[in-house]
Amino acid sequence: MHFNLFVIPFMAGMIALLILLAFRYSQWLSNLETGDWRKIGSNLFTLKTIYAFREIFMESLIHRKVFKVNPLLGYMHMSLAFGWFMLIVVGKFEAFYYTGKFANEFYYPIFFRFFEQTPHLSTTLLNFNASMDLILLVVLSGIVVAILKRFRPGMTGMKKITRHSVGDRLALSSLWMIFPLRLLAESTTAGFTGNGSFLTQPIGNFLNIFLPLQSISMVFWWMYSLALGAFMVSIPFSRYMHIPTELLLILLRNWGLKTNDNFTGFSEIEVQSCSRCGICIDTCQMNSQGKNATTQMVYFLRDYRYDQLKPDLSDNCLLCGRCTQACPVGIDLTQQRVLQRKKMTFPQSAQFKYLPVNQDIDKTEVVYFAGCMSHLSPNISLSMEKIFKADSVKYLFMDRDGSVCCGRPLKLSGQFEAAKQLVENNRQQIIASGAKTLVTSCPICYKSFKEDYNLKIRVLHHSEYLPELISQKKIKVLPTGKQVVFHDPCELGRGSGIYEQPRNLLKKFTDLRPLSQEKSDSLCCGGSLGNLSMDTEERCAIQKATADYLNSGNPEFIATSCPMCKKSIGQFSVAPVKDIAELVAANLVKIGQENHKLLKYRKLQDAMDIQ
Amino acid sequence: MSENKQHIIIIGGGPAGLEAASKLGSAGYRVTLFEKEEQTGGKLRTWYKLYPGFRLAEEVQDFLANEIKINVPEIFSNAEVVNIIPDNKYHTVVLADGRSFIADAVLIATGFELFKGEKKEEYGYRIYDNVITSADLEKKLRLGQPLTTANGQTPARIGLIHCVGSRDKKVGNVYCSRLCCITGVKQAIEIKHHLPKAEVFNFYMDMRMFGQNFEELYIEAQQKWGITFIRGRVSEVAENIDGSLQLKAEDTLSGRPIKMNFDLVVLLVGMVPADRTEAIGKSANLGFTSGSFLASADAQIKPNETNTPGIFVTGTCKEPLSVGETLSDARSAAVRIISWLREKREIN
Repeated sequence: MHFNLFVIPFMAGMIALLILLAFRYSQWLSNLETGDWRKIGSNLFTLKTIYAFREIFMESLIHRKVFKVNPLLGYMHMSLAFGWFMLIVVGKFEAFYYTGKFANEFYYPIFFRFFEQTPHLSTTLLNFNASMDLILLVVLSGIVVAILKRFRPGMTGMKKITRHSVGDRLALSSLWMIFPLRLLAESTTAGFTGNGSFLTQPIGNFLNIFLPLQSISMVFWWMYSLALGAFMVSIPFSRYMHIPTELLLILLRNWGLKTNDNFTGFSEIEVQSCSRCGICIDTCQMNSQGKNATTQMVYFLRDYRYDQLKPDLSDNCLLCGRCTQACPVGIDLTQQRVLQRKKMTFPQSAQFKYLPVNQDIDKTEVVYFAGCMSHLSPNISLSMEKIFKADSVKYLFMDRDGSVCCGRPLKLSGQFEAAKQLVENNRQQIIASGAKTLVTSCPICYKSFKEDYNLKIRVLHHSEYLPELISQKKIKVLPTGKQVVFHDPCELGRGSGIYEQPRNLLKKFTDLRPLSQEKSDSLCCGGSLGNLSMDTEERCAIQKATADYLNSGNPEFIATSCPMCKKSIGQFSVAPVKDIAELVAANLVKIGQENHKLLKYRKLQDAMDIQ
Repeated sequence: MSENKQHIIIIGGGPAGLEAASKLGSAGYRVTLFEKEEQTGGKLRTWYKLYPGFRLAEEVQDFLANEIKINVPEIFSNAEVVNIIPDNKYHTVVLADGRSFIADAVLIATGFELFKGEKKEEYGYRIYDNVITSADLEKKLRLGQPLTTANGQTPARIGLIHCVGSRDKKVGNVYCSRLCCITGVKQAIEIKHHLPKAEVFNFYMDMRMFGQNFEELYIEAQQKWGITFIRGRVSEVAENIDGSLQLKAEDTLSGRPIKMNFDLVVLLVGMVPADRTEAIGKSANLGFTSGSFLASADAQIKPNETNTPGIFVTGTCKEPLSVGETLSDARSAAVRIISWLREKREIN
């Protein structure tokens, strides 16, 4: 039996942590929805579990996504997480090899060099010894980077780092203390026993010259154990809760759980998995262009965790989804914010008495819903009508005379119940039209139709519908050769995963140029309905910055596929901003006449080339 | 030309530039005026009648032309100034064709442009044929064209939308263009002159009737001409199948949303600084107002001076002004330049 009084702080901390975790986990798991349990049951013994463990290894230990943000930042996270993990694993095997039995006292491998002070003779044990020193050195190097990062964030590619609360700072300090203390404890012991390796032994030998190591080494073992214990206890109350929780999150996510329209136990696990790394601060345009570094998800989730979330913070977000894309933990941050708004809003007083009832709807093949924002940039709906006519398809312009809102703006503001009434009204009309396809020009409406309407017909945004018409040879577009860049609307790109269709369409008749920040990295236009509190000047700052960015390569046109983006960027853009529907409509050729026109165009091109 | 005559360069041959040039020329200074267009006269050449007295813009144009003929021999037309290189003693003015000129003082009078109506796409300018701007209406009136819809019909109902591109943070213009209110009243009455039977509606946020006889004209429009004024911003204009327009707004006095049909809609577009003003101002290290107009050194006591000594500003390149106000401001600039040049000569 190996024992010394100094192991008590560590063991006490460890036991407290396990009890607290068991309590918390059972609470969250009991708040899972019944459907969630069904998913877990059906996926538990499948490859998905293996994938989950691979993801845990790659993300929680190696921190692959953080490496992608910045190599030094990745190294910092990896050396701490993977290094510590290796200290535990290699230490365990070292103890196993030495004692010949796998089951030892829980603390024995951790304080191995205290309990086994005789210098090793076998090569294997010497190798174990050296490995442990090497891993400790790697962890210590990570801590040096972490300390430097606090003073010079730019070194790790970060412009702004998280402003931590007092609790987090205490936890951070105890974490930083653990490994230097381990080094001192092991070195001072090695100094008088000779059980160290290439790192601890020379330090020990050096200290032995002028210090009574035999008596003071005990102090360091106590301090090491105390730091470990303190850190363990601080975990459930600090951001380090992400360490145990993220493992659970990755498992559950791989089993198919996600945060939908209700805040469940899984959503809580997502919240607790935030490590407050602060990567969402730099990626947020409210910060980079709007100079607001207090409203980002790291602070949102922290305030929620400590029950201090205020509407001011919750409302001030464009819901563009850039942070969700960048989050190394993969939390659905956008949805988290919407769900908290749902909790915080007051019930709507509107009765929606103006909603049309029992309207006679003409039967049609395609029902077209332009959306409120398209009414404010009418060239888009006019273009779509021109295209429908060119295709001679039977269509119904559902919201020609003023529309009933699709419901999504209400939902984004947290008014889920009110949104439902609008959704139901529109849904009945769409069904009554007998259409097989619903086409919309607005990505906001599109996301709502796709996710909230439960429609049994095809729902397409025009950036999906137009390429379809062209490939089915129903319409034809004349090549223009114009240099164009494409701006991805948030709700269409990050929101609905539609990146390639509008690009393929543009490539058919324009010279589409790539951008350094596009697709999932694309900027928000700043016009988003998601922000409930920002003022127009802040909005204009973002709109202008995005317009400047898109104009930086001097394109002839900026193409987009959202009436909101068109308006936002258009206010500040040098190059004209056009919706892809406008570009298609402007270059439509009647089937049968295209050869003549194309010939004329080619001649013109040749003439220009000669010049 | 005598060597010791001090030299003033004036950039812009609109009412402000012309009036200041004449005054400085008649005071005996050597004045050179650069106008980017073929002809001088600026926006005055495109306007028909001036409020509040309905005098012809042409008359003011003739007055300025006669004055300038007598007083300023050096007028360069088609001469676009690209930048100013300020210096302690002399400033250099550089033209687009590469020529440069040296002067003791430079007066910037680059004027304004009208806000581009198509930027408010929801009003349908350049999308719907029957949406025109106040400038388009002036042009029609000046050329003596009949006031008809796009397909030649006599419009029965005409709507004027105020504050298009003014007091609108969403388009980046927080400031008030000042003159669109009275222009709206003037144009509504002019429409009634031509089409007494037409119904005319103005949609406004506030009626800012600050000038002499403005309020009187506003009352006359309502009482004598039966023009209706509705307080409320227009949200959107849509086209009906017959080409007429449906306008959606809120009547904020009765607190109700309204939908109305119109045959013709006129956008009262606001004023923005002329395109080249920003580049010229930056080259001379001048300040700008929040609306990107050129900033005076002091609104009350140094209205025509800038923070660069020897560089002066006048007219609508510094703020929206009426023709009368512009001419007064030009004279004020001329007086200040004369006194400044005297001080300069005495020091040297």
